[in-house]
Amino acid sequence: MTVVLAPASGRPPLRDRLSDLVVGRPKVLALVLLAPPLLWLGVVYVGSLAALLAQSFFSIDEFTGLVVREFTLRTYGELFAPANFDIIRRTVLMAAAVTLACGVIAFPVAWYAARYARGRVKAAFYLAVMLPLWSSYLVRVYAWKLILAKEGVITYAAAATGLTPVLDRVLAIPGLGGPSLSVSTLGTFIVFVYLWLPFMILPLQAALERVPRSVLEASADLGAEPRRTFRHVVLPLALPGLAAGSIFTFSLTLGDYIAPQIVGTSTYYLGQVVYVQQGTAGNIPLAAAFSVVPIVIMGLYLMVAKRLGAFDAM
Amino acid sequence: MRPLDHARLVAETASMTTAVRFSGVSRHFGPVKAVDDVDLEIQPGEFFAMLGPSGSGKTTCLRLIAGFEQPTAGAIEIFGRHVEGVPPYRRAVNTVFQDYALFPHMTVLDNVAYGLMIRGIARKERRALAEEMLALVRLPGYGYRRPAQLSGGQRQRVALARALVNEPKVLLLDEPLGALDLKLRGEMQTELKALQARLGITFVFVTHDQTEALAMADRVAVFNAGRVIQVGPPEEIYERPRTRFVADFVGGANVLEPDVAARLGLPRGPHALRAEKLRLVAAGDAPGGPFGTVIDADYQGATRRYRIAFEGSHLASVLPAGEAVFRVGDPVALAVPPGAATRLDG
Repeated sequence: MTVVLAPASGRPPLRDRLSDLVVGRPKVLALVLLAPPLLWLGVVYVGSLAALLAQSFFSIDEFTGLVVREFTLRTYGELFAPANFDIIRRTVLMAAAVTLACGVIAFPVAWYAARYARGRVKAAFYLAVMLPLWSSYLVRVYAWKLILAKEGVITYAAAATGLTPVLDRVLAIPGLGGPSLSVSTLGTFIVFVYLWLPFMILPLQAALERVPRSVLEASADLGAEPRRTFRHVVLPLALPGLAAGSIFTFSLTLGDYIAPQIVGTSTYYLGQVVYVQQGTAGNIPLAAAFSVVPIVIMGLYLMVAKRLGAFDAM
Repeated sequence: MRPLDHARLVAETASMTTAVRFSGVSRHFGPVKAVDDVDLEIQPGEFFAMLGPSGSGKTTCLRLIAGFEQPTAGAIEIFGRHVEGVPPYRRAVNTVFQDYALFPHMTVLDNVAYGLMIRGIARKERRALAEEMLALVRLPGYGYRRPAQLSGGQRQRVALARALVNEPKVLLLDEPLGALDLKLRGEMQTELKALQARLGITFVFVTHDQTEALAMADRVAVFNAGRVIQVGPPEEIYERPRTRFVADFVGGANVLEPDVAARLGLPRGPHALRAEKLRLVAAGDAPGGPFGTVIDADYQGATRRYRIAFEGSHLASVLPAGEAVFRVGDPVALAVPPGAATRLDG
C-alpha cells in the first residue's frame, strides 16, 4: 500500500498557498493581523485628535462668529481668563476628589475579592461590580437624582432616623452643599464616585490578585505588623492597579458633561464647556482648546505617577 | 549588641534545653487532620529535617512554628516560651519560603534589609549589615539588582540572607531546594550545611526528598498522614526503619511480609531489607535456594538494579555493576546476610 502525502499533480489550493505565505514569516503574519486595527487607530483615532489639536490653534472672529484659519495662541490664552480657569480648577479638584474616594472605597472591596472570594462568591463579586454597567448611564444618573432629591429617599431616611439636623448641617457647608443633595456639589461628587467605582475596583483587584500570599507572610515573618506590611508591601504592589484605576476615574470625571448637568449646581465642568462651546456657542476653537486640557492634565498626571514609581512593580 | 555575633547567640541559646517543643499538637482544617497529635523536640543548634510525602503535615508543622498557623490543640514552645496565639511578627524565627517570596518591588539589598528596617535600624547600618549578609551567601555586589534579574539559585540565597540577617533563633526552610536543578541542588546542600555549622543556628528543614534529608540533617522526623512516624539520626532512619511506611518512603527498601521473610530464613514478623543488602547468587552456585527469577534488570552505571519475582512478591536488589551479571528470566538464589534485615513494628 502506498501513502499519498501530497496531491499527485497540480498546485495546492489558494487557501493553502496563503497559509504557506505567512507560516514561518512572523513579521508578515503580524503585519496582516495588525493592519486593520492600525489603520483604524491611525486614521479615525489619531487623525481626529490631530484635527482637534489643529482647531485649537485657530480663533473665532468675534463679529462674524466664523473660524479664522490662522495660527494663533489666543484661544489658549482665553483658557486662563478667570471664568474659564475657574472651571478647569473646579473640574480638576472634583476629579482628584473622586479618584481619592474611589481608591479608598475600592481597596477593601478589591482586597476581599482578590484574597478571600472563591468560586461562586467571586462570580457574584464580578456580577455586582459589572451589573451597573449593563444599564444605561443616563438612567442611573437620573436614579441618583431621585435618591438625592429633597423628596428623595435620603431626606426621608434622615427624617425617619432623626438625622435631619446632620443632613442640614452637611448641606449648609459652603461650596459643597445646597438646597438639597441633588443640586449640590456633594451630590455631583457622590454620583461621580458611584459611576466610576467599577473602573477602580477591577484593575485594583487584578493587581492585588497577583500578590502571592507568601510575600505577605514573608513580611510578617520578618517582623512587620499588618499595618506595616500594608505600607511597605501591599500598597507598593497595588500601586500599578491604583494608577490604572485612577487614570479611568480621573479622566472620566474630567471629560463627563452629563452627570453634573443632571445632579449638581448650575456651575460648569470641563466637559459641559466643551459641549456648550462647540454646540450652542459655535466656538469650535475654544471647545478644542478646552478638550486639550484633560489630555495635558492626564499627561502630567502619568509623568508624576511614573516619577513616584507607580509602575515599578508592573 | 554586635548585630552578627552568632557565636554569642548560640552560647546563649544552647544553655536552654529545647529549641522547639511540640506537645500533643494538632492542626485540623475542618475534618482534615493536617497535623494530628504530634510530639517533637528539636535541640538548639540542630539541623532538623521534617520528611514526608505531600500532605503528610510537615509543612503545616513548619507553619505552626513560624506562626502562620495556630494549633487546634496542644502546646508549642520556642526556647521555653509558649507561642500559642503569638503572631509571626512577634516570633524569633525566620523562614525561607519555598517560592522565596522576595519582594518584587525592592532591590535585593532592600529585601535583605527589610527585617532590620522594620526593627528601626538606621538606613546606613542596615545596608552595611545586608551587604555583609549578601557576602556571606556569596552574592556580594548584587544588592542593587531586582529579584527578577536573578537566577533561581541566587534568589534562594537572597531569601536565605534576608532571613539570617535577623539572627533568628530558629531558621525554617520550606523545601528550599525544590525549585533548583539537580546540580545546583547538590551545591546548595553542601553550602547550607556548611552555613548551618558555621552559624550554629537551629535549622528546621522541610523536604519530601529523602536523600536530601539524609544528606543534610542531624536528625530526621518522618511524617505521614499528619503524624510523626519515626524520629532519629539519618543512619537510624535508613538502617532501622520502624514501620512499612518509613522503610518504603526512605530509600525504597523491600518490605518483606511475614511469610516471605520466613522463606528467606528471617525470624517471625514483617521485615525491611535494603535493596543493596539483598544478595543474588547464580542458581547453580547455591543449590539450597531459596530461588527467585529475574524479571527486570537495569544498568545504572556504578550499579545494576534487579527486580526479582519471589514467592508471589517482587523484591529489588542493587548490586555493584562489576559483580555477576544476570539476565531477565535467569533463576537466582537469594541470600540475606545476618543482621541485614530490620524487624518492623507494623
